[in-house]
Parts: sequence; C-alpha cells; structure tokens
Amino acid sequence: MAKKPPQELTLAAGNGLVDRRSFLGRAGGVASALGLATLGMSSAQAEQLKVQDWTKTPGLGFTPYGQPSKYENGVARGPIIEPNAMYKTGPGSIRSPLQFLEGMITPNGLHFERSHNGIPDINPDEHRLLIHGLVKRPQVFTLEALSRYPMTSRISFVECAGNSGALYAKTAAEGTAQTLHGLLSCAEWTGVSLALILDEAGIHPKAKWLLAEGADPASMSRSVPLAKALDDVMIALYQNGERIRPSNGYPMRLLVPGFQGNMNVKWLHRIKLTEGPTMTRDETSRYSLLLKDGKVAQFKFPLDAKSVITRPSPGLTMKAPGLYEISGLAWSGNGTITRVDVSADGGKTFAPAALSGPVLPKAVTRFRIPWKWDGGPAMLQARAVDDTGYVQPTRDALVAERGLNPAYHNNAITNWSIAADGVIKHAYA
Amino acid sequence: MAVETPHLGVPIKPEDFAAWDRSISPDGAGLPPGKGTAAQGKENFALKCSGCHGADGAGKPADRLVGGVGTLASDAPIKTVGSYWPYATTLFDYVRRAMPLNEPQSLTDDEVYAVSAYVLFLNGLVTEKDQINAKTLAKLKMPNRDNFFIVYPGNLK
Repeated sequence: MAKKPPQELTLAAGNGLVDRRSFLGRAGGVASALGLATLGMSSAQAEQLKVQDWTKTPGLGFTPYGQPSKYENGVARGPIIEPNAMYKTGPGSIRSPLQFLEGMITPNGLHFERSHNGIPDINPDEHRLLIHGLVKRPQVFTLEALSRYPMTSRISFVECAGNSGALYAKTAAEGTAQTLHGLLSCAEWTGVSLALILDEAGIHPKAKWLLAEGADPASMSRSVPLAKALDDVMIALYQNGERIRPSNGYPMRLLVPGFQGNMNVKWLHRIKLTEGPTMTRDETSRYSLLLKDGKVAQFKFPLDAKSVITRPSPGLTMKAPGLYEISGLAWSGNGTITRVDVSADGGKTFAPAALSGPVLPKAVTRFRIPWKWDGGPAMLQARAVDDTGYVQPTRDALVAERGLNPAYHNNAITNWSIAADGVIKHAYA
Repeated sequence: MAVETPHLGVPIKPEDFAAWDRSISPDGAGLPPGKGTAAQGKENFALKCSGCHGADGAGKPADRLVGGVGTLASDAPIKTVGSYWPYATTLFDYVRRAMPLNEPQSLTDDEVYAVSAYVLFLNGLVTEKDQINAKTLAKLKMPNRDNFFIVYPGNLK
C-alpha cells in the first residue's frame, strides 16, 4: 500500500487544540499526524533491547482474588479525612483517583466512599429489608429472597453532593482531580427494581415520599420522592459484577440515578412510605444549599451537568512540548451528555471533544481531544452540555447566582493552569 | 394485565418492627412517650456530647451546636441547630438514631428529650425548666424554618 504523506493537524481552537477527528478512525492519518518531528523524537535513539528476567523465569501462580500490579500502588483512594480525632472511624470520606483512571468504570476498590459512622460489618444472612408505612402489606425481605427477583443492570454514576465544594472557596484551593472532584465514581449496578417491590407491598394512594434508612451506626436516612422511586430507583445488590463492597453498602443499597449521592442509602434495611418528607438531619442540616440571601434551597436533588479534565491535571506534570490527548469525564444527573467543549486558552475559545461511547444517561461519559502543547502557559477547561440543553456554568456565573455559601452542588467549570515548566495547578480563570 | 412477580416478602406485624420504626416526622408523628428538661439534660451533655461538640455546644472537633443566628447571609455563615436547623423534631430524631457517635442508640427516650432540651436551651429557644415532650417539641418553631424552601420537583438555577 502506498504510504500516505503526513497531514497537517487541523486546529480547532486557540492555543493548540486539534480537531477531535484527528484521533478518530484514522489510524494511518494519526500516525502521520503524530509524525516524529511533532513528538520531538527525531534525533534520539532508543536503547538496545534486552531479554528481561521475567521472560526467562517461570511466573507466579494463581490467586483467588486478583490485585493490581505492585507498581500501581500509587493509584489509590485518598485522602483519609477523619474530622473527629476521638473516634477512629466516624464520619468521613475517601476519594477516587480520577487522574489515574481511564474509561468510564471505576474499579470497585477505588470507588469513592462516604460514611457517617464507619462501615458496618453486616452478616448477609441476618440482614433484613423492611418495607412499611403507607403500604397495604408491610413485609420483610432477606437477601436470599431479593436475589430471586428479576434483576436489571445499569451503568450509573454516584456523586456526593459535596463533591467539588472547594470551588466555592474565595481563592482557588490547591488540589488534584482526586482531591477536588474525587467524590465521583461510576459503576455497573445490578439489582431489583424498587417499583416492583413496592407494587407487591401495595402502595397506599396517600404515599408521596419514602424514607430510606441504612443499618449503619448513623442509621443514615433520606427521603426520596415516590415519583423518582417508581421511575428508575433500584435496590442494588451487585457492583461491577460482584456483590457490593462493604464500604459501598453491602449487602444492599439504594441506587437513585442522578440524584445526590447521599440519597443512594447504603446498608439499606428500611423503606417507609410516607405522605411527606421526614426532614432527617441529612436532608435539612446537611445537603441543603445556603444561598447568598440566607435562604436555604432544600431538596435540590439532581447533580447538574459537569465535567473535569483528568489528563492533563495537577500532579501529572507535562514533560515536553508536543501532541497530547486531553481526556476527561462528563456527567449529568438530568440526562445524557450530548457535548463537551474544551478550551486551552482559559475559556476564550472552545473546540468540541470526541465522546467515547457508550454515552449513557446518568453515567459518566469519557471525552477526548488532541492538543498540541507549544510549551507555553495554558489554561485547560471543559464544559459539558446535556440533552436538556443545560450548559455547565463558569465558576463566576455559579457564584454570582448562588454566592459562596452553598457548600453543595458545585458543578462549575474547573480551570487547570499549566505553567511553562509543565507544572499544572488548579486556578480560577 | 398484571404481571406475576415472586412475592417473596414475608408479612410482618407492626409490633414486630416497632424497634426499627423510629423515624420522626416534622409534625411530631413518631415521637415516643417520655420527657425531659434542659436542667436534666445538662449532665448527660457534659458527659456524652461535649467531648466532640465542646462545652456548651461551642463546637470542635464536631459541629458547633449553638449560636450563629444572623450570620447566614454573611460571608462567614455559622450553621448550628439554633441558626440553621428548620425542625426541632430532627434534633430528637438524629440524637436518638446516631448519637453519641461512639455509642449510638444508647440513650433512653427521656435522656434524648433532656439532651435535646439542653441544646435548645443553649440556643435560647426554651428555658431550663421547660418540659420537652412529644407535644411541646413538635410545637416548637425553629428560627430558621421560614428561610427553607423546597426545590423539588423543580431545579435550582
């Protein structure tokens, strides 16, 4: 086959953003576009290859449950935040290392965790799920009984409503994709439709809400609108193919797609149908938004469209000018991501990124776009759009609307500032 | 056409789930019998709460419980039971289900009433001698209640 001549990169926006199609479906073209001169490798010679010891020695045996390579030890959740020094567990959270992950699925061992008084050690044989309140037939399920029901699977993100709360700070917090935005993960959840269970119990016409309660030592509880419960809520039993991990709600949790992570009640043991919301501590004192006029927005449930560039991002210092792929995550609790625009000049100009399938409602969507870094200062931003037409706001716009006090639901555009030495920092644009 | 489903839930009588049915509505439904005053709750607060919430609820390492009224619209809002929480029933419900952190659900209902009364007293919302029970707690209107508005089923800009 005749060799194609190298093609010029098509620039799509300021400061080196390349047309997203340059990396898509053009194997030959990409190789050409990536031409050695572009990568600055034309003069260097690779070292002589040798046969390594691991190729000449029999390897290790099998293990009952696999672990990542020891060389990947740095890919870990963190930081461990224990606000109460008096008790070892207590309330806290630990975040997913978004900057080291690819694709759309968070491995189970790296899914973020949030607990309000530690992780309970639940014996699945003794665990019970009580359905009561405004139902005709109060009833109790064992895990074994629930496991016999027809199951459904869906890929869904869970995001803590407090994720990215640091972007309400007056000055830009130092941090990484993980420490600023890592209370977000995405998994395939499998379980039983809540509507099916409630139908069997017989919903009283007066029921408009339900209270979901965990069996943890905080008895964490949240009110969920019945309309949502009957729409797409699931009693999840499996996460990415295996039983849910203890830290994520073993043996069962509520999955409330797109809504505040806190509503996805873990260690679920009780559902009470009610006329109105119960006004629990975690839906009044917490997870409500204090606005600039002192009013408090309560029951703002869906996580609005948001995105974050995971590569390049703080901690992943750029080593040399040349062609890079910008990669990130976009998601919306209101629907499906339709578009992600990326800027390399601090929001002056944007180019559309390629969305890597599958693109699913209320799941994270991986986006990618090539970028030719010239070695100078740059400011990377991503802006998500969903199928309701909603456009992710700038931080200035969000703060102008709500003030700096809401603490929750910060879905503003994040700005990564890249210095000429390749060091990347979080900075306000 | 009704679809046949497994029906594997086992019927249960209310008296057999009474130990679990402990959530309390803002109208007071679910509040148990019992009573307490701030004077009665003071000792338990010092013993079981102040280690995390500070003497007299001043906070640290855990939440500050007292004061902050008038700060919510400022750039340094102080969110406490007195300044922020919209319902007094939530206080009883939360203390009974989750506090103290090292020994949840260890207080009797009378003790929860008394400790709740003490926190309300520290916020100037009841006197030291006011008896707090199912009736008086449900009737107490928290100062910040009217600042709460419900977004659902809409959304917030």
